Amino acid sequence: MTLKEIKEILRADVITGEDKLDIEITFAGGSDLMSDVLAFGKPGILLLTGLSNSQSVRTANIIDAKAIVYVRGKRPDDEGVKLAKEHGIPLLSTKFMMYATCGLLFSQGLPGVSDLS
Amino acid sequence: MNDEYVLSQKFKIKGGDFSNAGRTSTSIKEILKEIGIDPSIVIRASIAVYEAEMNVVMYANKGMVTLNITPVKLHLKLEDEGQGIADIDQAMKEGFSTATHEMREMGFGAGMGLPNIKKNADRFKIASRLGEGTTLDIIFCLNKTGNK
Repeated sequence: MTLKEIKEILRADVITGEDKLDIEITFAGGSDLMSDVLAFGKPGILLLTGLSNSQSVRTANIIDAKAIVYVRGKRPDDEGVKLAKEHGIPLLSTKFMMYATCGLLFSQGLPGVSDLS
Repeated sequence: MNDEYVLSQKFKIKGGDFSNAGRTSTSIKEILKEIGIDPSIVIRASIAVYEAEMNVVMYANKGMVTLNITPVKLHLKLEDEGQGIADIDQAMKEGFSTATHEMREMGFGAGMGLPNIKKNADRFKIASRLGEGTTLDIIFCLNKTGNK
C-alpha cells in the first residue's frame, strides 16, 4: 500500500515528506527500542515507534527505512525533523497507540517484517 | 597487494554527546555507499558501527573510529578511553546491560549492542581493560557478495 493510504488508515498528520506519499510500503515493524529495530529491521521497512528523539530518524536512516510513523500522538524533535529532511525520510504522526496502529495496518494487509522470508 | 588501502579515515566520537550520537555512523554509511560497497555489506557495517558508536557515547569518555578499506576487507576499528568492560562474556549476552535511564530513553541500552555487532560482522574481536577502555575490531569481507 502507499504511504498516502497509510496516512488515511491511521488518520495521521504528515510532519515532513508530503511530496513522497506515493511511495509503496510493503512491510512494517514497530518498536520503541532502537536496538531491536537495528536487530530486526530490514531495508524498506515502515518504522512505527513511540520514540520521538532524533535517534529514531538516525536509526531509520541506518537501516534504510522508507518512512516513520510516530504513534500515540508523539512528534519528533526539531533535530529529528531536520535529519529526516536531509535524508529524505517522510515522518507521520498518528494519535493511535502502538497496538491499534499495528492492528489497523495489519488488518488492511500490511505484513510485519518478521512475517516475510 | 591485498593490504593496499583503498581508503583510510579516522573519526572522533565524544562520550556523553547524545545529541550527536549516530552522526559518525551516518557519515561512514554515506562514504561506503559512495565508493560502491555492496549494499548488503553497507547495511551490516552501518548497523554495527552505529551500535558501536552508541556504546562509546553511552559508556566512554571519548573514542575514535578508524575506517580502513582494502580491495578485500572493510575494517572498522573502535578504540575508546573510558570505564572498560569488567566481564566481556557477560557483556556479549543478549539482554545484559548496565545502561542508565537516560540511555534507555534514547532507545538504547537493552543489552543488544555487542551481540548485534557480532551478528552483523564477518569477524569480530573485542578487548577491554577495566578503567582504561575498549577496542573493537569489526571486519567485513569484500571479496564475496550477498549475505554473510
